[in-house]
Amino acid sequence: MSCAIHATGLRYDYPSGQPALRGVDLHVEHGERVALLGPNGAGKTTLMLHLNGLLNGSGELEVAGLCVGEGPLHDLRTRVGLVFQDPDDQLFMPTVAEDVAFGPLNMGLGRSEVKRRVADALVAVGMEGRADRPPHALSMGERRRVAIATVLAMRPALLVLDEPSASLDPRARRELLDILEAVERTMLVTTHDLPLAAELCERAVILAAGRIVVDGPAEDVLADVEALAAYDLELPAGFDLARLERRPRPVALARVEATTAEGSTA
Amino acid sequence: MGGVSHGSLELTGLAGDRDSRLHRLDPRAKLVGLLLVTLVAVSATPDRWPVYAACAAVLVAFAAAARVPARELWRRARIVLPLVLLAAVFVPFLRRGGETYAVGPLTVHEAGLLTLAGVAAKAGIGTLSAVLLGATTSFPAVLRGLEALRVPRLFVLVAAFMYRYLFVIVEEVSRMRAALAARGYRPRHALHAQPLGRMATALFLRTYARGERVYLAMLARGYRGSVPELSPLVFGRADAAFVALVAVALLPLRALAEVAL
Repeated sequence: MSCAIHATGLRYDYPSGQPALRGVDLHVEHGERVALLGPNGAGKTTLMLHLNGLLNGSGELEVAGLCVGEGPLHDLRTRVGLVFQDPDDQLFMPTVAEDVAFGPLNMGLGRSEVKRRVADALVAVGMEGRADRPPHALSMGERRRVAIATVLAMRPALLVLDEPSASLDPRARRELLDILEAVERTMLVTTHDLPLAAELCERAVILAAGRIVVDGPAEDVLADVEALAAYDLELPAGFDLARLERRPRPVALARVEATTAEGSTA
Repeated sequence: MGGVSHGSLELTGLAGDRDSRLHRLDPRAKLVGLLLVTLVAVSATPDRWPVYAACAAVLVAFAAAARVPARELWRRARIVLPLVLLAAVFVPFLRRGGETYAVGPLTVHEAGLLTLAGVAAKAGIGTLSAVLLGATTSFPAVLRGLEALRVPRLFVLVAAFMYRYLFVIVEEVSRMRAALAARGYRPRHALHAQPLGRMATALFLRTYARGERVYLAMLARGYRGSVPELSPLVFGRADAAFVALVAVALLPLRALAEVAL
């Protein structure tokens, strides 16, 4: 199964008639990690909602081998894991375990398989001790990690994260980064946290006023101070890209296909 | 989060010995058993004191077995009880019969006082049943029990979302209040209430927007109109025994009260 995103001329207008996406061309290949940067109001969240069929614009969009807008959305939603910006929006069930089980149960998996996936997903984000807690009893960093577990349990081919490091303290941010670095998935990450983008992703694109305006290796995109400034972006003062070490990928991406294929047929 | 007090929300949640037999019962058994106690008390005519005494005895035994301290029960009951009793306090002035007593310019009737006592007993038993259910059963477990008892799914979902987002909304309200106080807002009379109205509007709009985002998040994980369950409840021998015990302790007395007393 393909884990790629192919958007060509994707357009979307808000119900008010104001254009949000004005012809987005974005191609993300299998196994890539791409940072989606851009000022507020550029259309980042709108684009992410398209990847899961939650919004439906015009133009061509193929995600994980499925053409969005044709056929049932259910397959698409099991292949694309969307992590929302506010974990309080993502975690709506009374307990952590029930919330992580929500997606796999909707996929129609058997209970024993669901329980195994819940346990695996909570271990993957280091939250195995919190299964029976209500979400409101967790810290912001813990809620964010559980929110990621809720989509990991669905074993998606593609992980899409909206501002994963927003309102985290430095320690929770570091823990989150460690978790994301260990996840073997094609990843699209929206963020204003440029050091996070540099550390996690090898490619960065800038979305401004509904179009992809810059696309290239993360080191090059983030080193171009003038281009960043033109789109209201800026690295923290004193941040040195050259000294940044990106950790090697944990596991060969070949395994992704094996697990996702198993997930979608179960 | 940190530093935000939830006030009366802290009074919810489990209390007593969390590993007691009663805490471990199936939520359906506790729902049915405690509802039975309440129904027996509420359905009796106001002067059937032996029935009330038996209901109270069952509840006291329940509290003792679950090791819920009396002070904790009182702390929780006193929030609900005044509201429940509010309607009954006028009865002694309105219901005529028996001896009369003068209270200032008003007259109190004996029949009214007896009715008030009966209603207070019913209210107390009903409240105590609910408090005991809350002290021995987590809210998610109560919801699952209700769903398993075929309560319409829509009601259960509404209650589930209320429980989940009550805390989020309380946090939002306390942040908004802090923001008002930080700019010197100190209401002294009714005309100063306008900012509170604006706050309520803002809160409504924010909550509405959150509702839409939550729905998107549900759709994103394959929601198709029903919330499936992870581990079904098991109604075992102990659960059946508990319901039978409550029924045997109260139903014969309640039936007897109709004919003999």
